Amino acid sequence: MRMKSVLTGAITALSLMTAAVPAARAEDPVKVGVVIPLTGGFQSNGRQINAALKAFVATHGEKAGGKQVQFLVKDDGSVPDNALRISQELVTNDKVSILTGFGNTPTALSVAQLSKRAKIPQVIMVAATSSIMKASPYMLRTSWTIPQVASAIGKWAPENGAKKFVSVVSDYGPGKDAEEWFAKTIEANGGTVISKLKVPLANPDFAPFLQRAADEKPEALFVFVPTGAGAAFMKQFVERGLDKSGIKVIAMADVTDDDLLNSMGDPAIGVITGGPYSTNHDSPENKAFVEAFKKNNDGMRPNMVAAAAWDALDLIYKTLDKTKGEADGDTFVEAAKGMQIASPRGPISIDPDTRDIVQDIYMRKVERVGGELYNTEFKTYTAVKDPAAQ
Amino acid sequence: MLTLLFDGLAYGMLLFVLSCGLAVTLGLMNFINLAHGAFAMAGGYVTVLMTNRWGVPFLLTLPIAFMVTAIAGGLLEKALYCRLYDKTHLDQVLFSIGLVFIAVAGVDYLMGSQQQILNLPDFLRGRFTVGGIGIGVYRAFLVVVCGLLAIALQLILAHTRFGSRLRASVDDRRVARGVGIRVNVIFAVTFAIGSGLAGLGGALGAEILGLDPTFPLKFMVYFLIVVSVGGTSSMTGPLVASILLGVADVLGKYYVPSLGGFIIYIVLVAVLVLRPHGLFSRAA
Repeated sequence: MRMKSVLTGAITALSLMTAAVPAARAEDPVKVGVVIPLTGGFQSNGRQINAALKAFVATHGEKAGGKQVQFLVKDDGSVPDNALRISQELVTNDKVSILTGFGNTPTALSVAQLSKRAKIPQVIMVAATSSIMKASPYMLRTSWTIPQVASAIGKWAPENGAKKFVSVVSDYGPGKDAEEWFAKTIEANGGTVISKLKVPLANPDFAPFLQRAADEKPEALFVFVPTGAGAAFMKQFVERGLDKSGIKVIAMADVTDDDLLNSMGDPAIGVITGGPYSTNHDSPENKAFVEAFKKNNDGMRPNMVAAAAWDALDLIYKTLDKTKGEADGDTFVEAAKGMQIASPRGPISIDPDTRDIVQDIYMRKVERVGGELYNTEFKTYTAVKDPAAQ
Repeated sequence: MLTLLFDGLAYGMLLFVLSCGLAVTLGLMNFINLAHGAFAMAGGYVTVLMTNRWGVPFLLTLPIAFMVTAIAGGLLEKALYCRLYDKTHLDQVLFSIGLVFIAVAGVDYLMGSQQQILNLPDFLRGRFTVGGIGIGVYRAFLVVVCGLLAIALQLILAHTRFGSRLRASVDDRRVARGVGIRVNVIFAVTFAIGSGLAGLGGALGAEILGLDPTFPLKFMVYFLIVVSVGGTSSMTGPLVASILLGVADVLGKYYVPSLGGFIIYIVLVAVLVLRPHGLFSRAA
């Protein structure tokens, strides 16, 4: 309660201040606050975003819409309270016009009220829960949503010989979303989920869950666990000999994250996942992106977070070009609506109604290509909207 | 079913090795060391670094993990812990939880926060079947190693001169000193061995429990449960408690997955209601 009133106070003060600031002059730079988790549980997202930012500025320069663009990168430590405090400082002290970053749903939501009241465009680079978009009318997203990916998998699986599923998801918000939307779409397409297992987030011993899943004798497992746990899951899956029992693993892209895929090794080979981006996506845009990314970051491999961050920056630049450098909330968001971008992952656009991303979702299979493991895409669902928003 | 029991047994054995060091410091030395998990994490990182980056054979890294954490524990005992033996429990808790935060932040900075993936040698992978029970090779390995350790520890404590000196020092420090037992040395050695065991547990557990910088915080509760359920008077208590918890956890997750991780807490509450001082408590 007290927290809330302090917050409202701060926000009121803030809006007064923004009102008092004279209209920006042409030579003023457009400041962009980048709030990302460089430490804490979602550090790998922050690392990828930071690397993408470096590569983007190196290739696209620091000018958009005739104005200098200045990035202020801050670490929120994966903690929502920090994200809000940092964003407030960025808006009040540093006078940023755009906020971007946000490595997980709680940090994105914590800043939504600020974005709404201060009319600051908030461009989401990672957070993947559907509901975020409704929290502020100045919210834009270039990552993906969990239902977007889960529903594509639910559609693909029954058409390809796997109808009887056991779902295994981590017991947290996105896990529940994934389970729900997968079950919804697969049932609409003639498949079933015979058992829904939730794995505690803090306990990566999958032994009892895997045993249970195997004893239910499904045709395949639907899996959504966070990046690091995905590696442990696949290892134990193979250790139990389930790979030889004919049970397939069909998972969300996080399980075979490009960032960790190589260190997962052989157990990952053959895993089928659905996701928005693969590092070896075959297009000139992606080739240029991967090359620029690696060149600027000592050969580091970009994953889907890096691609989403790249697109967020691209969206900011293209929108500023369109508004001639005007970055106030209403003008910016209006201009961003319906924006089409040739992204490294394929064509994407911003849905004018929901401000959410519309993109192709790919079904991929892990393969060894030239000594490295990659998610090779073999089937595309074009222009998928977030089904949860409809 | 038997496969599950075996998985539970392996899990329990692992918990035992991880927490027996804590049973020693808490039960015998009467020192609350919440930083126990930090030593376990250190052991885990030693093993992962050595096997994955430098190609040291996995089995060889286990004694090294033990030694490194034992030495670290010994140094910390001499430098910091020994000053706190006479302080109140609150001071000890505040001090050791502070150490945990330092360890978490330090590892985060040095190694990054991602899960570490251990590459086991081929002979520890896979699975064999005995009489219709599927058994994971690594889990069988865990049961054997941890079982041997438990027996060795009990023998040392109960039947060696060192063991009796330790028990004497704990029971009455002044009298023990009076009869010529070098209490400080005994405590330092015990603490180092306790830390070393934690390190070994972390190394063995990296495969099954996972390893990231929040390890000490994530598993602190498990250690404390083992010690409080098992009582701290002997090695048998924590051993039985670990196995009980391991089996309950695995069976619970299998049969009632919706309750998932809660089962062990139910066991904890049940045991403590029936026997407030743990399963095997010394008459206090």
